[in-house]
This record gives sequence, structure tokens and C-alpha cells, in this order.
Amino acid sequence: MCSVDIKKEQKMRRIILLFLLSFVFGQNEISVKEIIQEMDNNLNAKSRVLTSKMVVHGRRTSRTIESKNWVVGTDQAFTEYLSPPREAGTKMLKVGNKLWTYSPQTDRVIQISGHMLRQSVMGSDMSYNDMMEDQPLMDRYATTLEGSVIIDGRDYWIIFMDAKVKGLSYPKRRAWIDKEYFLPTKEELYAKSGKLLKTATMDGIKKVQGRWFPSRYLFKDELKRTSKGTEWIIDEIEFDSDIPESRFSKVMLRK
Amino acid sequence: MFRFVLKGILRDRSRSLFPIIVVSLIVALVIFNRGFLVGSMNGMFKDTAVISSGHVKVMTHAYQKESQLMPNDLALMDVDEILKDLEIKYPNYFWSPKISFAGLLDLPDEHGDTKSQGPVMAYGVDFLSSNSRQFELWELEKRIVLGRMIKDPTDALVGHKLADKLGLSLGDQVTYIGTTMNNAFTTFNFTVVGTFNLGMGPLDKQMMLVDIEGARMALDMDNAASEILGFMHDLYYNDDASIEIRNEFNTFHSDTTDLFRSSMIALRDANQMGTMIDLVDWSVFIILGIFLFIAMIVLWNMGIMSGLRRYGEIGVRLAMGETKGQVYRSLILESTIIGTIGTIIGTCIGLPLTYYVQAVGIDYSAAFENLNSTTMIMSSVFYTQVTPDLYYIGIIPGVLATVFGTMLAGRAIYKREMAQLFKELET
Repeated sequence: MCSVDIKKEQKMRRIILLFLLSFVFGQNEISVKEIIQEMDNNLNAKSRVLTSKMVVHGRRTSRTIESKNWVVGTDQAFTEYLSPPREAGTKMLKVGNKLWTYSPQTDRVIQISGHMLRQSVMGSDMSYNDMMEDQPLMDRYATTLEGSVIIDGRDYWIIFMDAKVKGLSYPKRRAWIDKEYFLPTKEELYAKSGKLLKTATMDGIKKVQGRWFPSRYLFKDELKRTSKGTEWIIDEIEFDSDIPESRFSKVMLRK
Repeated sequence: MFRFVLKGILRDRSRSLFPIIVVSLIVALVIFNRGFLVGSMNGMFKDTAVISSGHVKVMTHAYQKESQLMPNDLALMDVDEILKDLEIKYPNYFWSPKISFAGLLDLPDEHGDTKSQGPVMAYGVDFLSSNSRQFELWELEKRIVLGRMIKDPTDALVGHKLADKLGLSLGDQVTYIGTTMNNAFTTFNFTVVGTFNLGMGPLDKQMMLVDIEGARMALDMDNAASEILGFMHDLYYNDDASIEIRNEFNTFHSDTTDLFRSSMIALRDANQMGTMIDLVDWSVFIILGIFLFIAMIVLWNMGIMSGLRRYGEIGVRLAMGETKGQVYRSLILESTIIGTIGTIIGTCIGLPLTYYVQAVGIDYSAAFENLNSTTMIMSSVFYTQVTPDLYYIGIIPGVLATVFGTMLAGRAIYKREMAQLFKELET
């Protein structure tokens, strides 16, 4: 073979390699976006109404707290506690960064300062934001695909998310996303410094209104040395239902 | 001889007046100083004991490890049974459960919206039990500035400075915002029935006192308590006794696998109080020792000066035929009488003064205003304390030092040469 042919062949190889590389990388970038989009489609909705149980595993005993939530995006949320008797009738309203609480024992509506939104709900490992927020991840995070992994026979993407807006509870997070359900069955939630704040897992995945959704979360506050975690069991959930604006008014707290 | 010496003292005022005044003042000072030191130190321990540690304190082992965080999820449960057990086993102490908690205090306006809000540090104390001594321990009769004592579980006494800061008035309903023993969010209404001033600087700025039943309702702590405090019946802290029962109790409750086993600490174990107690013991000993030593030097010197001043008189008495022993003994008797009179007068001045400051106290609040440490709870009003030894402690400087000084000064009598006496007297 003459040297001209060899050069041509090498050139062709380079072109094919470049084409393949660009295809692979381009494909990945699209894939990550698609993955997150699919995940958001499953987890987020215009609104949601849910009845749930929170099982708080304390250092001595476990308590179950039942509540009903009405959530629209990240700015509007209303929670009414249904049981146990001491908590029944307690209501919470979140509008933007403001949080009001009503307790029938005191018959008072009290505004709680904004930083409380990151505090524990009823002694659990969940914050008010964990429970009340519903906003697509796509809008809040820049995402990077770190790889794939098979755990217990199921295939997952590992995606790292870095906040692109300020003021998020978890500026960094890493998610193990099930390739079949497009759900983050395991998540690690980090502070800006990279310190692990919480871990969250989900299971009991079932189809609800045409989307895959977990029926049980397990949150663990990694900053609480002795935490045994909190289960959040979703008994009923309804997506995109019409919630009247009046639901998110302070008047509803006393009703 | 006694009458002769007494007449001499009464008739020669230069011999009696100044020495008696000096002895009286020194004795009064020694008594007051001792009363002040003991009073301040005991006051300091008592305030720490009442507010924080008791003479001994029982809590769960897990709570003890995190006690700075007031982790009521680790509180003692079935408190009534524990109390019964403690009362039977340690009858020299009386026991009282307490709940320590913190949160926000919220004052509503006429529409029920928040008018003012501030952090609060609260104690649920057993004020309303029939045999409770907590009113006496907290000295609320003299510490309540406005209003009345707690009569109902939902009554609250609020620190005078906190009430000022939040604009609270008597009869106001305030809402406590915090967490229950299960760490759940809670709100509970208390009625402000009085304000108090503990005279403890930073604590007064954010403190609220409620009955333990009120605290239990607010924090969902039925028959539970953060701690059970034990006090000696006479309220004097006895370090050795406290250490002994602490060791005995902890030996009995030594199952290390049980995080929630009861655990006892003595006052010396709380907030580095042990170092403080040892330091105080030594300080009282050293300060009193130095003070007594100086007092003795002064009185001794006074005896020597008196002996020198009366050099001529002694010479005449010796020349007239009195033996050296007789002169020496008469001087000692004289100083004994002066010392005794001075001690009695000094005790009569020092004791009422000590009693007065014991009742009224000396207020150092202005000096303590800027201290922010709450680790060591310290009253800014110091009280003296009249103890039995104050009735006789004056004898040491008053009589013994005076007589000792005279004895040393009187040795000069024996050095006088009889043959030289008239020559000395001529000059």
C-alpha cells in the first residue's frame, strides 16, 4: 500500500473517531436533560393533594403523624395534621418564604421566621421545605452524568446536580435514577460546602395518573448523630387537581 | 488584783480607750469578713444549686451527656416512681423534678397577630405540690418585682428585663413556641402573673418560670422531667455527703448498656463547679488566715507599744517591791480584760452588721451587667451569712492576739536589772 493511501486511511479513521466522540458526548448531554425531564415529569405537577403518614423513629419510641397537604409549586403549601390527637387540628401555611402555624390549643396564628422552613417537621428528619416544595429539578440545577451502576439487578444512572439558583436548601445533590422508572430511588443531599446533610431513598413505586411515583420515602438527617430516619408514607396522592386560591389564605388556618 | 487592774483600766483612759477601740474594730471586721466570705460563697453555690444543679441531680445517662442542649427527648420518665425511691433511700435530701426548655415567647396584639417575640429560657419547677419548698429556694417573695406568685399550672413568672423587652403586662397571655419532648412543634399559652428579678444579669433577660405541670402540658411530658434535683434539708451544701450518695447511687445504676439509666451528679460535677468549690474552700481559708494574721500583728504591736509606753511605770512598780512575775501577770490580766471587752464590743458591732447584710445584701448588678456567661450562675447581690462560729471567732484576734502581744512585750520586764532601776528612773 502506498503512503498516500495510508494517509487517507488515517484521515478517515480520525474523522470517524471524531464523529463517534461527538455523537457519544452529544448523546449524553441530551440524555441527562431527558433523564431529568422524565424524572420531573414523574415527580412534579402543577399541583398536588396528598394524604400521608410520617413515621418518626426517635431515640426512644416511634411516632406516626398523619397529615393532608395541598401544594402548588414551591410558593404555596397548606398542611393539616390529622393525628395523633395532640397534633390533630394543627395547620401550617406556607406562602413564598413565609410560614404561619395555627394550633387549636392556643387558638393563635403565629408566623414563623423563614429559616424555620429548613427545620425539622414534628421532630422528623424532614424539613418543611422537603415536605412542602414541588418544583422541577431542571429549573434549579445544572446536571452532570457521572455514570451508570447496577445495584441489586436494577440499572441506575448516577447524576450529580449543582444549584444554578441561590437559596436552595440543598445546593448540591447526587441521585441514583432508576432507568426504568425515571425516579431517584436514592439521593444524597449536600450543603454548598459539600457536607452531606441528608440521604433520601424511595420505594413502593406505582403508577399514579400515568406517572411513576413512590409511595414511601425514607429520609435520614445525617447531621443528627443518633437519627434513625423518618419514613414518609404517601397514602393518597392526586396530581394537577384544581386547588382554589382561597386554600392558601390565612383564614383557612382557623377553619 | 483583778479589781486593782480593772480600776487601773477604767481610770487611765489612755490605757483602755484606744486599745479597746482597736480591738473592737478588728473583731468586728473579722466577723463581718468571715460572714461575707461564707455568705457569698454559699450564695453562689445555692443559686447554682437552685437554678441548675441541686446539691445532687438525677437525670438519664443520655441526657447528662448532652445536657447543654436540653434534650428533653432523653428526659426521665415515670418520675413519680423515681421520686418515691429517692425519698426512701436518701431521706437526708428533699427531691424536686424540674424541666428545662427553651424556645420563643410570642405576645399577640388585639387581632391575635404577633406584637412582639423573643427567645426565652424557661424552667418548669414544682411550685404547686403541697410539700414543695421551691418558693423558699427561689426566694420569690423578695425577687418578685410585680404581680403575684404562681397559683395555676398555666401561670408564668417572667424575668423583669424580658417583660420590659417584649412589652409584657400582668395578665397578658403569651404563647410559648418550641418543641415537645418528641421534638414536635408546639405552642402553648401561659398567663403572665408576675415579673421577677433574680439579680443574675444575663439570665434575667430571657428567663421564664412556670409550674412543672404547665411545662409538662406544653412539652407533652406527662410524668417526665429533665432532671430531679436533690437538696439537703438545711440547704447548706455538704460536698462530702453529696459525693458519697452520688457514688452509691451510680454504683447501683451501673448498667452501661442502658442509655436511659438514671445517673446522679453532685454539685461539684456540674459546670466545673468542683474546681470552684475547691478554690473557694482554699480562698476562704487563705483570706481569713491572712486577715487574722494581720489583725494579730496589729494587736501584738499594740501590746508592745503599750509595754514600751509604760516602761517608767513598770520600773516604779518594780522599785517599789512588786516582783517581776506580779507585774507580768498584771499586764497579762489587763490585756485579757481589754481583749475581752474589745471582743464583746466588736462582736456586738460585727454580728448585727453581718445580720443586716444577710437580710439586705450588697448589690453588684451594675458591675455584672455586661457579663454574658451563664455557665456559672452567680447572683449579683451578695449576702453575708451568720454562722455559729461568728459568735466566738472574735476571741482569736481580740483576746488571744492581744494577750500574746502583751506576753511578748512583757518579756522586757524580766530583762530589767534591779540595780539599774533608779538610774533609769532618774533620766
